[in-house]
Order: sequence, then structure tokens, then C-alpha cells
Amino acid sequence: MKSADALTQTAACHREVVSVDRVSFAYHHKLVLDEVSFGVKERDFFGLIGANGAGKTTLLKLIVGLIKPTGGEIRLFGQPLNRFKDWDRIGYVPQKNALNPLFPATVREVVLSGLYGRNKLFKLTTRQDMVKCGDAMQAMGIEDLAGKRIGQLSGGQQQRVFLARALINSPSLMILDEPTVGIDAETQESFFHMVKHMHQHHNMTFLMVSHDMDMVRGYLGQQPAASAGKLNFYIRHSHETQDCVEENLAHSLKGLREQMESGKEVVAVGRTS
Amino acid sequence: MEELLKSGFFQRALTGGLLIGITAPLIGLFVVLRRLSMIGDTLSHVAIAGVALGFVVGVYPTAVGLAFAIAASFAIEKLRKTYKTYAELSLAIMMSGGIALASIMFTMGKSMNISSYMFGSIYTLNQTDLLTIGIVTVVVLIVIFAQMKELFLITFDEEAASVSGLPLKTYNVMISVLTALVISVAIKIVGALLVSALLTIPAACSLILARSFRQSVAVVVSIGVFAVLGGLLIAGLWNLAPGGTIVLLMIALLLVLLLLRRFRAIG
Repeated sequence: MKSADALTQTAACHREVVSVDRVSFAYHHKLVLDEVSFGVKERDFFGLIGANGAGKTTLLKLIVGLIKPTGGEIRLFGQPLNRFKDWDRIGYVPQKNALNPLFPATVREVVLSGLYGRNKLFKLTTRQDMVKCGDAMQAMGIEDLAGKRIGQLSGGQQQRVFLARALINSPSLMILDEPTVGIDAETQESFFHMVKHMHQHHNMTFLMVSHDMDMVRGYLGQQPAASAGKLNFYIRHSHETQDCVEENLAHSLKGLREQMESGKEVVAVGRTS
Repeated sequence: MEELLKSGFFQRALTGGLLIGITAPLIGLFVVLRRLSMIGDTLSHVAIAGVALGFVVGVYPTAVGLAFAIAASFAIEKLRKTYKTYAELSLAIMMSGGIALASIMFTMGKSMNISSYMFGSIYTLNQTDLLTIGIVTVVVLIVIFAQMKELFLITFDEEAASVSGLPLKTYNVMISVLTALVISVAIKIVGALLVSALLTIPAACSLILARSFRQSVAVVVSIGVFAVLGGLLIAGLWNLAPGGTIVLLMIALLLVLLLLRRFRAIG
């Protein structure tokens, strides 16, 4: 039987972190989303799945405020989107197809840029920032690539870099937009294994958009929990994994790679192309 | 040579050129990486209309050109939203509008030295010009180095920057206004027709040479300073047009780098 404190803590860690309430979106008078509603609770793994053109990326862009809904309301961590300021609580991994291979930026510079949203004027990179960067790179197994130009890496390696950038702030909500597009099947599996591990052991909520279902369904269940138009929502609730864990991600990032390795699960790091 | 270096007009040219050789490639790096290379040409063509108006109404031409370029930078942002998927269309419209306006102004003005603003006249820089260039340089360097990290994120990944809480609109306007400032004061140095070369060619070189963003910043500034100082010296010694010499020196450097990369010596 749980103590009162434990019950309070469990209740607290199952608050709704994303609330989508009757959200509609029209583009050039064409209705893309029609009164979509759902909620993502703390430490849930929420899969947004649908065919191309179903509106899943549009919905994700609405949630992170990149576009505005034509109707309805979105709340993040209980706050209406237009008043939400705690963006560092969110780790965002966009679709990778926008990356220009010639862009002159090293892996280290890209990972560190995850901290820049809340920097102050003239703020120099501190030793603490470098430690955070090192931990995030180590967790993703990319520390050996720190000085490489991002465009030189394989698709799978680039996704690890973007995941490390999202992790550097120790976010409580990770939003992934089609993270495995354009990556070979083996690397996809390795990437998804890493994401699953973070969900199960690191107190994080996941909202992931995907069109490739097999891998996601294996973790979230074969039947959708709900549907809206052509979109299907698959959910793995936090109570299906373990109770709310107390460890702070900032402290646990360092051990993430070691834990994964001790579980004898292979983390494939592709070669530089 | 010694006589040339001691002359007041050449020293003013070197000082003004050095300052623009730092700021233009620096702002150009962000412009090129954001795939807005044509913005330099567009703003310079609008600025030249302002310069011509300055001559017509008898106001300091560079200041009027600067006001026109800043107004154009806001108009471009507005047009970019209207033609979101064809952003380059906004640049083509503004460029044609600017040169059309300038052509009308040129016919209205009296004793207007058009070619000095079209092709540059760095040897005619006066104290007011140098002061204006100095103020613009200080403003541009302070803003860029204060916001270098944020500008990097916005340039590298606009969506991620927005999700990090950075106000994209403010930064877009800021980059456009800084570009307008630099271009307006650089017109007298290399000319409206050549000014975009100072923004784009050093950035093109950095895409060959630099592995990191930090290196890119160092490369563009070094190439800008080298080209302006080298170009001025060559032009002074051989009595060539300084603006054209600076630009051709940069292109020669780019060709050498491309050749070296072809033979896998760099990159």
C-alpha cells in the first residue's frame, strides 16, 4: 500500500501536460483539423499516427505554437499557449529534412544551441553548459562526433544529435516530429529503443508523430486509444511502465548510456558518410 | 606607395573599408545561411533611390538611402508573408521598385554623380561618411555579438528557435534592419551594384573552409578585411577602380579555394 506522500506524488506526476480542446485548423479555406480534442498526461507516451496529409504535423506545429488554430484552445502544463513561457520544459525534435548538409556547424554547437532560447545578452558559454552538453552527447552516444560537421553525419547520427539538443535542457515533455523519416530500419529500431528507454526510466512525457506504425504499435499497443478524422492516438500511460520516479533528468543523463549498455542492448552508432 | 599610404583620402578609404570589410561579411554570413543572398542586391537598389532623393532635396544622401533601405527591409518582411512559399518574389519586386524609383530621381537631380554611388567612390569618403560608418559598425557588432547564439539557432533551425521561445519576428526584422544599415553605408565604398558581393562571397568561401560556425565567423571577417585592404592597395598602385578591384580579389580567392577543394587540399 502506498503512503499518502507517494499517492500525492503519483497524482502530481499524472497531470495533463498537453491539452487540446476542440482545435480546428484551416489552410486556404480547406479544413485540415476539425475540432480535435485529446490530452497527454505527465509521463504518458502519446503516439500521433496517421497517413500523409492526415494533419499530424499540423497538429504538432499548433501544439508548439508555430501556427495558430482557427478554433479551440491548446494548453501546455495547464497554461493557455499564448501565455506559456516555460519553453525550456519542452524538448523538440523537428523533421530532419530541413537540414542543409553544407551548414557550417559542429555537433557540439548544435547540441549547445538547445540552451540558447533562454540565454541573456552577452552570456558566454559556461563550464556548466559544456558539462550539460557533454552529458547529453554521452547519453546519445555521439561524444566522439562532437567536432564533426553536422552535414557529414548519417541520418541516424543526425537524429541523435537533435535528440541530444532537445535533452540538454532536461525537459519534462519531449515532442518528436517523424524522427525516423529517411533512416534505415536498423537505425530506426536503435533510435526507438533509446526513446523507449528514456520514457521508461527518466520521468519524461513523450508526444511523437509518426506515419510508420509497426515499431510504435509494438510499444503503444495495436489498437488506437482514440481517433479524430484520419488521425489515430496511441497511448502508453505512465502507470504501465512504473510509478513516478524521483530522479532528475539532469543528473540521470550522465548514467543513461551506461544503463543502456549494462542492459546489453546494442546502441548502433553509424559510420560517418 | 609611401606617399599613397600617407595621403588623407587613402587613410580615410582604408579606415572606412576596414570597418565595412568586417561588418558586411559578418551580417552576410547570416543572410546567406538563411538563403536570402539576394537581399543585399535588393536593399542596395532601394537605397540608391534614397541616395538619389537625397541629392534632389539636398539632404545627406547616405542618410536618405539608409532610411529607404530600412523601410524596404520592413516591406520585404511584409511581402514575404504574403508570398510565403515564394519568398524570393518579394526581393525581385522590391529590387525592381527601387531601381525604377532611382531612375526617375536620377532624371530630376542636378549635378548628381550617379556612377560614384553605382560603382563606389571610396576615395571621396569624408569625415561625415567615416563617422556614419563608425556608428553603424559599433551598432552592428554590439547587436551581433550580444545575440550571436540566438542568431545561430534561428539561422540553423527556425522552428526549433521558435519552440525555444525566441521571438522570430523580432529577430527577422533585426537581421533585415542590420543588413539595411550595412548596405547603406557600404554603397559609397563598393557601389550599389557591387555591395552584395561583400555580403555573399566571404560567406561562400566560409562554406568551403569552415567546419564550425565559430570558424565561419572568423573566415568571413578575415576574407572581408583581406579583400578590402588588398583591393585598395592594388587599386591605388595600379590606378584601378577600387570597388571592382575589391570584388574581383574576393572572386579570385573563391576560385582558388574551389580549385584547392577540387584537388582535395581543403574541405
